[in-house]
Amino acid sequence: MKDLVAGLLAGKVRPLAKAITVVENDRPGKRELLKEIYPKTGSAYLLGITGPPGAGKSTLTDKIICKLRQQGKTVGVIAVDPSSPFSGGAILGDRIRMQQHALDDGVFIRSMATRSHLGGLSKSAVDVMHLMDASGKDVIIIETVGVGQDEVDIVRIAKTTVVVMVPGLGDSVQIAKAGVMEIADVFAVNKADRDGADKLVSELRAMLDMIKDKEKPEIFRTVAVDDSGIDELVQGIYAHGDRVVASGLIQKKITEKAESELRAYLLDSIMARSVAMTDYDEIVKRVAAKKITPMDGVDEIFAGLGMK
Amino acid sequence: MDKKIKVLVAKPGLDGHDRGAKVVSRALRDAGMEVIYTGIRQTPEQIVATAVQEDVDSIGLSCLSGAHNKLFPKVVALLKEKGAGDVLVFGGGIIPDEDIAGLKAAGIAAIFRPGTSTEDTIAFIKDNVNLA
Ligand SMILES: Nc1nc2c(ncn2[C@@H]2O[C@H](COP(=O)(O)OP(=O)(O)O)[C@@H](O)[C@H]2O)c(=O)[nH]1
Ligand SMILES: [Mg+2]
Repeated sequence: MKDLVAGLLAGKVRPLAKAITVVENDRPGKRELLKEIYPKTGSAYLLGITGPPGAGKSTLTDKIICKLRQQGKTVGVIAVDPSSPFSGGAILGDRIRMQQHALDDGVFIRSMATRSHLGGLSKSAVDVMHLMDASGKDVIIIETVGVGQDEVDIVRIAKTTVVVMVPGLGDSVQIAKAGVMEIADVFAVNKADRDGADKLVSELRAMLDMIKDKEKPEIFRTVAVDDSGIDELVQGIYAHGDRVVASGLIQKKITEKAESELRAYLLDSIMARSVAMTDYDEIVKRVAAKKITPMDGVDEIFAGLGMK
Repeated sequence: MDKKIKVLVAKPGLDGHDRGAKVVSRALRDAGMEVIYTGIRQTPEQIVATAVQEDVDSIGLSCLSGAHNKLFPKVVALLKEKGAGDVLVFGGGIIPDEDIAGLKAAGIAAIFRPGTSTEDTIAFIKDNVNLA
């Protein structure tokens, strides 16, 4: 474990890769590992990229990596794809779009499946971000499919979240769905080479006009496949990041992030202890049989844990 | 929780047919594995760099171009160079009988030719992968 930590902190590839596996699979040593690296985190720029499947998130990520590398920044990427609910397996194909960076030492890409455990993805993805951060990556991009709560939780942790939309997916519905308005700091209307991009942009503008209590996200048109609009998008991302810092909002974000990490571990830990130390299954059965209410069940569990 | 088996399915060489690789990828997923798929025309260097970053347990190489005698051993050699010699490497594609012994000697643990059932590939990975 000492070697792993030393290698990771020195920015070496294989120790980082091995450390991610420890975290992702909840292996022994995870706690010690995170304890060692946690104080060394906090300097990376966390960038969330989310949107519907096929919107061009991976292609955009690839082009954003190119720009960041031109600026001399090192990049970590966490590319999340869903696990199959039937087999628990997954095909993780995001890297196909990013393989031009495979031999660049300044870019580390890791694919992650959502797996099934509730809330588990966001927890392990955040820990993976910490590992990449401690290994010295300047920018960490996390690509998620914008559907589940887990994904929303992840992007909430980012300094800047880009929501990618494309013309022709039933636009207004797309916009209104999944709390996209709340999580977007920047919009990328990708596939702007296609019909309907103007319409989508004006629909977005109309929706954004209703925002009162927070800054309106900027909208950028991009064509990820031929690199158009990427410079502007990257500038827009940094401009957002600068505003977050200048307005002092960054402090709030940092506190929220810490609270959400703490909460995720707390809930897990209460759950694990309840199952291990109380008659958990028995209490479930009694709730199912309508003998007690779920609230009474919680009281019994807490009594079993020696808490009031 | 038990560890998921992670497999990189990669296509070295210049041929552009990835149907076979996709069929295998889906079969492995349906067997509960996590498959990283990186598309066609990957160099051995790209494949190994990807395998190291993703910390995969196994790599499946598919090659129809005829360059397997050069490309497959190169992948194994590079893995060793990067300290990842414990990764289980298997191959597939159009591979003549007379090449198999040489590939095995070079560290390709198994060769699955067209017509092999994906069940065999799945069983092979499960039996031979090093999950330490
Ligand atoms: N026409 C067009 N196609 C694009 C554009 N960006 C991405 N694509 C294509 O859209 C498909 C899905 O892209 P991908 O990046 O994998 O989407 P993701 O699922 O959101 O990560 C691929 O075939 C891309 O080549 C674009 O700006 N215009
Ligand atoms: Mg993608």
